Amino acid sequence: MEVRDLSFSYPCGRQILKDISFTAPAGDFLAILGNNGAGKSTLLKCFDHILRPQSGTVTVEGTDLLTLKPAELARQVAFLAQGAEGARLTVYDTLLLGRKPYMKWGVAPEDRAIVEETLARMELEHLAVRYLDQLSGGERQKVLLARALVQEPKVLLLDEPTSNLDLRNQYEVLDLVRQECRRRQITAVMVIHDLNLALRFCDRFLFLHQGQVLAEGPMSVVTPEHIRAVYGIDASVERIQGTPVVVPRL
Amino acid sequence: MNLHRKVSAGLTGRAGYNLLLRRKWLAMAALACLLAALVLVSLTTGSSGLTLGTVLETLLGGGTAQTRAIVCNVRLPRIAAAMAVGAALALSGCVMQGVLHNPLASASTLGVSQGAAFGAALAIIVLDAGTQNAANAASAVTIRSPGTVTVCAFLGGLATTAVVLGLARARRASPTTMILAGVALSSLFSGATTLLQYFADDVQTATVVYWTFGDLGRPGWREIGLIAAVTAAAFLYFLWNRWNYNALEGGVQTARSLGVRVDLLSYASMILCTLIAAISVAFVGTISFVGIIAPHMVRRFTGSDYRFLLPCSALGGGALLLLGDLVSRTVMSPAVLPIGAITSFLGAPVFLYIVFRREAL
Repeated sequence: MEVRDLSFSYPCGRQILKDISFTAPAGDFLAILGNNGAGKSTLLKCFDHILRPQSGTVTVEGTDLLTLKPAELARQVAFLAQGAEGARLTVYDTLLLGRKPYMKWGVAPEDRAIVEETLARMELEHLAVRYLDQLSGGERQKVLLARALVQEPKVLLLDEPTSNLDLRNQYEVLDLVRQECRRRQITAVMVIHDLNLALRFCDRFLFLHQGQVLAEGPMSVVTPEHIRAVYGIDASVERIQGTPVVVPRL
Repeated sequence: MNLHRKVSAGLTGRAGYNLLLRRKWLAMAALACLLAALVLVSLTTGSSGLTLGTVLETLLGGGTAQTRAIVCNVRLPRIAAAMAVGAALALSGCVMQGVLHNPLASASTLGVSQGAAFGAALAIIVLDAGTQNAANAASAVTIRSPGTVTVCAFLGGLATTAVVLGLARARRASPTTMILAGVALSSLFSGATTLLQYFADDVQTATVVYWTFGDLGRPGWREIGLIAAVTAAAFLYFLWNRWNYNALEGGVQTARSLGVRVDLLSYASMILCTLIAAISVAFVGTISFVGIIAPHMVRRFTGSDYRFLLPCSALGGGALLLLGDLVSRTVMSPAVLPIGAITSFLGAPVFLYIVFRREAL
């Protein structure tokens, strides 16, 4: 996935994103970091036609995402929103929705095969005929992740996927994202506030500051200087049992 | 009747899902059987005391001239009208609830029916599209120009829909706000209709008043055919988009990310809902709450899966209105009570139930 000179401003003229450029290889897990209002969610929405950037390109394997029709785009990009609503649909039907971009008149046997395979691998079979709104937050997020994977996208966008989850579910969901995206060579792009979760699971990091890229790269870009510039607090990056951890100083 | 609990206690995965699908098909077939049974009961219920045998014989081409007149000119059109209008109102309610994300939405609760009623009244009184032509008030109201009445009813309904859509888009109104706006619009249009009656002559007023109660005996085959054809066309569009409505259940953003053209779908759906509700109002008058009760009842076993919800709502709406008509014809026989009053008696408690249950959540 390659982003070049992406700019976005609202019709009222306020510029949110300015000349965003970065590259994320297939199978990588990229964290977009930044303070509130830095434009992180706006950036994700630009990738999925929810917002239309004024200039720039987003290419995946040579295709410019910004020129695609809705159904074509949905075959390339899946979106996992934060705190998604629980609908009165069964888990199985929710996953079938992921096949929507491929459907002509109705569900094909192939669609059902993909759904069943995904249910089995993500250990969600026991929930298949439960309603989505009867599930716990963690179960629901896993189901919605499964739906995104059933879409067979090349890019998976995640907007604060762990915001309503307990500790265990945060780790389980992100671990699933990392595993599945590596296995399927999907580029995952996640907006997240928790730096330590990002350090634990992501391969690449992008600091967004006032609508511009401050730094982008592997774990080495997560430095006290960048953290201070973006969040305005002093912190050190330590290693605890081999895991990098950001420790803020008050 | 919670199919899901029973299923989830036993089978899971593919087998459980297949079982669930089978049960949903069965439920739909049961609903169709119920509708067929109601049609038969309806055919044999009435003051002339025809037996089932006589009715069937007449339907197959036999019978006397008198039985033919009763069955083919009185009862069959009434039954067909009830089914077509019931299906139209239920479908419009069911789709509005999905598109607006509001379980309380329907043509009558949002004021679309009242807007359509005003439009139709305007056509009858001001544009002189309908007259009352005989002494027998029950069957005498004729609409001389169904086209004009339909168009005016549609425009009246559309005015309300435009306000509702504006609220939903621009203000992101909560479901409650939307219903409150519906209450205001209903009052506005009802008041306007009353004003029209005030300035109309006796005959025109009788025409309009009679039909604000709702009357399934009024439309002739031509009007019934029109309602049925338009509703069938809308049903096909809705069914074509059944997966899009399912996607919309997860929110606008989710639907967009699944490739649904949300704005186009919402506008087209709301306009079609308005059309089928308005055309029903134009020919049988205002019948409230069918669009709430029928989808709400079938949701109990279909959930929000529009693959089943749409056809089941149509069948349920037809059955409900047929049942309402039976009640209206039998409780104070030979007097026929206004169907609109019957459905309101049934519907208001269901509406309150939904409100209370949502409060509890």
